[in-house]
Amino acid sequence: MNTRSDLSPTGNAAGDIRNQDWYVDKFFQSAMFVCGISAIVFVIGIFIFVFKEGAGFIIQQMDWAEFFLSPKWRPTSATQATYGTLAMVAGTAAVTVISMAIALPFSFGAAIYIAEFAQGRTREWLKVIIEMLAAIPSVVWGFIGLMIMNPLIIESFDVPIGLNVLNAGIILGLMAAPIITSIAEDAFKAVPDTYREAAEALGATKWQVVYKVILPAAKNGLLSAALLGVGRAFGETMAVLMASGHALTIPGSVFDSIRALTATIAAELGETPVGSDHYQALFAIGIFLFTITFIINMTADFIVRGIKNQ
Amino acid sequence: MNRTASKNNKISIRNLTIRYGNFTALSEVSLDIPANEVFGIIGPANSGKTSFLNALNRMDMMRTTMQVEGSVLFNGVDVRSWSNVYALRSKIGVVFPLPVGLPLSIYDNVALSPRLRGIANKSQIDEIVERSLRRAALWDEVKDRLTSLGSLLSGGQQQRLTIARALSQDPEVLMLDEFSIAVDPVTTMRIEDVLKELKQQMTVILVTNLVQQANRLADRTAFFLDGRCVEVGETRALFAGKVTDQRTHDYIEGRFG
Repeated sequence: MNTRSDLSPTGNAAGDIRNQDWYVDKFFQSAMFVCGISAIVFVIGIFIFVFKEGAGFIIQQMDWAEFFLSPKWRPTSATQATYGTLAMVAGTAAVTVISMAIALPFSFGAAIYIAEFAQGRTREWLKVIIEMLAAIPSVVWGFIGLMIMNPLIIESFDVPIGLNVLNAGIILGLMAAPIITSIAEDAFKAVPDTYREAAEALGATKWQVVYKVILPAAKNGLLSAALLGVGRAFGETMAVLMASGHALTIPGSVFDSIRALTATIAAELGETPVGSDHYQALFAIGIFLFTITFIINMTADFIVRGIKNQ
Repeated sequence: MNRTASKNNKISIRNLTIRYGNFTALSEVSLDIPANEVFGIIGPANSGKTSFLNALNRMDMMRTTMQVEGSVLFNGVDVRSWSNVYALRSKIGVVFPLPVGLPLSIYDNVALSPRLRGIANKSQIDEIVERSLRRAALWDEVKDRLTSLGSLLSGGQQQRLTIARALSQDPEVLMLDEFSIAVDPVTTMRIEDVLKELKQQMTVILVTNLVQQANRLADRTAFFLDGRCVEVGETRALFAGKVTDQRTHDYIEGRFG
């Protein structure tokens, strides 16, 4: 009970003063809090804006069956405007599938090489170069699609036009690859070295360690890497606009030109009167895209969280 | 003389020196370990015990900074002359200080090594898994949940799982590196009983931080200090005080380390 004597009559301990450190701490806590929640504010703000612009159309004019099931996107028709997104959804999906078919094997292979096989300098160089690949602007990729891939595809496959699903798929695959590689490599790095040593001590070869132990251990991380790659491919605009041919058809083969959801917004929004049905329909597409990428990212996030809880 | 001696030895070590850059972890160690012996290694932390084990199954290949000099003969052949290091490692089982339950099911953890060796027959693998888990004194606790994750077992169970995994290799040599650090005393005693029996079938190298564990299990014991092998001798003699170096006696008596 001697400690009581340390207390001043008011009940405060001696030296209990809110000094400069205390205020600095409070200030930075608040400042960091504002930075932290700003992301939430922006996401909600964007969602509200996009939704407000498209809501009138969705609630009043939009025919849900037509929007999702009709391939006919004729917003400027004087007699009967139709707003069907099926062809664009199919085109976007086709490009995404092709891009993932190209990006996933390459990215996972690259990530395995960097994380498990490459040593010292090779590893560092590879990482830097792959990150440089991620820094190439999308319009440059679109330019490559337009000027290099286009004639290459026409020549190689003897088709009339090289701006098609294959072209956009390859371009998007190359664009998504660095991100997938980098996230997949993180997933491999997260596997403890003790697993590698334990497996090697059993007499497993490097490759056996990778596919018997590392891949199963990293599978959630790889899945989320793949999903983020899909999200990237799905949401990309400029490159796909330039490389896909921008033709409104449901693709029957990889050599058909398509039009992507994103590219439609980019190409048409500037020329539509603000507030018109067409303008609002484009925002409805925006809401649709937003919802899809949101779901993809959330799923990826939940999967990553699943790893941490294991 | 030396040559004939090394022929009867499972493992013969000559002038083994291990360096990490400028740091010498082990210097000029020479030892012979006959087959079916439990060979104990005691010594304080940083005395080179783990580096010694790493050199035996060539885990130095995974550590770019680790340099090994001298020779390690396994069945009379230098381990560095093996052209397939994975085959060498499959003959040497390792149990690490902290349990490593691979993120696979209990069954798959133990079935991994036979599968790596190319055994595909389900009933044969079943048999190896059961026998290994029984020998590691874990079978009764896990037989009803072989499909659940091995990494979810308790620390002591995971360590026995690690031992079962090492045994599933049917190793010629079993190396245990301070296996009881994360294991409760009761489980430790159970594992020690298992080790006493394993001696019939394999050579056991037991690195331990518990001096009395070496006393209980090892036929012969080596005392490592500061990267040197100070003394090797019959465990019973060492613990009876018949030592050539006073430091060995002091360490056994717990006066330092």
